[in-house]
Amino acid sequence: MIEQWLIDLAWMIAKILAVVVPLLIAVAYLTLAERRVIGFMQLRKGPNVVGPFGMFQPFADALKLMAKETILPAGADKVVFIIAPMLTFILALVAWAVIPFDAGLVLADINVGILYLFAISSLGVYGVIMAGWASNSKYAFLGALRSAAQMVSYEVSMGLVIINVLICVGSLNLSDIIEAQRDMWFALPLLPMFIVFFISTLAETNRAPFDLPEGESELVAGYFVEYSSMSFALFFLGEYANMILMSAMTTVLFLGGWLPPFDFAPFTWIPGPIWFVLKIMLCLFVFLWVRATTPRYRYDQLMRLGWKIFLPFSLIYVVLTAGFLMAFDKLPVIGG
Amino acid sequence: MAGLMVVSSRNPVHSVLFLILAFFNAAGLFILLNAEFLAMLLVVVYVGAVAVLFLFVVMMLDINYSELREGFQKYRSLGLLIGAVLLVELLATFFEYSGNVKSLPSPGAVHNTKALGQVIYTDYIYLFQLAGLILLVAMIGAIALTLRKRSGVRKQVIADQNSRTRAETVKLAKVETGAGVKEAS
Repeated sequence: MIEQWLIDLAWMIAKILAVVVPLLIAVAYLTLAERRVIGFMQLRKGPNVVGPFGMFQPFADALKLMAKETILPAGADKVVFIIAPMLTFILALVAWAVIPFDAGLVLADINVGILYLFAISSLGVYGVIMAGWASNSKYAFLGALRSAAQMVSYEVSMGLVIINVLICVGSLNLSDIIEAQRDMWFALPLLPMFIVFFISTLAETNRAPFDLPEGESELVAGYFVEYSSMSFALFFLGEYANMILMSAMTTVLFLGGWLPPFDFAPFTWIPGPIWFVLKIMLCLFVFLWVRATTPRYRYDQLMRLGWKIFLPFSLIYVVLTAGFLMAFDKLPVIGG
Repeated sequence: MAGLMVVSSRNPVHSVLFLILAFFNAAGLFILLNAEFLAMLLVVVYVGAVAVLFLFVVMMLDINYSELREGFQKYRSLGLLIGAVLLVELLATFFEYSGNVKSLPSPGAVHNTKALGQVIYTDYIYLFQLAGLILLVAMIGAIALTLRKRSGVRKQVIADQNSRTRAETVKLAKVETGAGVKEAS
């Protein structure tokens, strides 16, 4: 019995590693891809020296960060200061437990998968706000406050967009949500919501044009000014892992997850996980593209966009979607 | 344990962080009861939104610790009384119901998200709407109490800005060489 238990445990750890290791490699190459893509968009080359096409640049960066000294500021609250980057990074990883890569290919196929994702992404605020407060620095604190207000605001509209999708699906399970898109991806009938959701994810991950928490020109680097070496690296990795997570969420909700774009021969030859990864990469490219091309929002404009435009708009769209489905008798049959 | 740390830790920010831990424990209990929907809701609403606001307020406050200490001495007897009453109630409930838990519906028979929806939106729809209305009134009340119009504040009116046309803002002038510009407008 004990041996069986050990085998189960080892198998579970192997499965978790099978998700986390590719994710970390993806994060490493996302940092490289970001610098290269933005480089090309600005007519320069980006990092291209270390290895072929700069392929070893992320590892060089990681080595550099690990070799540096971890500095604890004198006035800092040490425990919270150390927990904050760990929290950010862990939250970015645990959310992957429910992401389905193919039919049945998921670590935990729980009934409330989308709520779990939503809950985890709403916890991301804590890493930021704890870091900002524990650093005992004005810049970090201001950055953290901005970030917290911003993330809480955009979560509301994200929640309403998710409700839109849920009305069309009738289930909170991520696999069910993807299967419901077999005939048509939700990005088409819910196009306005797709755009609102994508912009909200930009704000949620604190990416340009909503990267006010970092705001180099006014706050130095926002909430992680005081961090160095690995604790900084954890924030950095957490941010990029969050970007990939949000892209995966967009893919699951609107781009049909592992499903091929058309349900016939040449497209169905390519296996599901590859479609899934391709769609995530598309979303990530748009993330980088937006960063390279848009100027930063002003803070009051950011709040206005979140509360006065996205929130009422997505709320009205919920009513419209529900009304449409009722009128044409297309409400999904809710499974027991 | 986390609850104990909420009241006993010296630093109010630490108290709030322990409060969040307590919320997590509650969510874990819900999951153990097979009520995963409620657990997620607890995390989203309490941890994700309410506790963030708590943390905001606590971080902004400038708290005088010695004053807090005096208050503690003054209200200790009252606090102990309330605590004792709550403890007795809790124990009474525990002994009352510890024998028969068969009144719980068997978990897994009904999807608990669906069951909750059935109860709130079908069986008790009017009460639910009434509760929503009360919250709305409270929200409007809070806004009405804090909203004030200040004069002399420069505000950006975005509709005005967007409705401006090129003709009314930009004037192209052909300046003669060597003559210079007399007036700026």
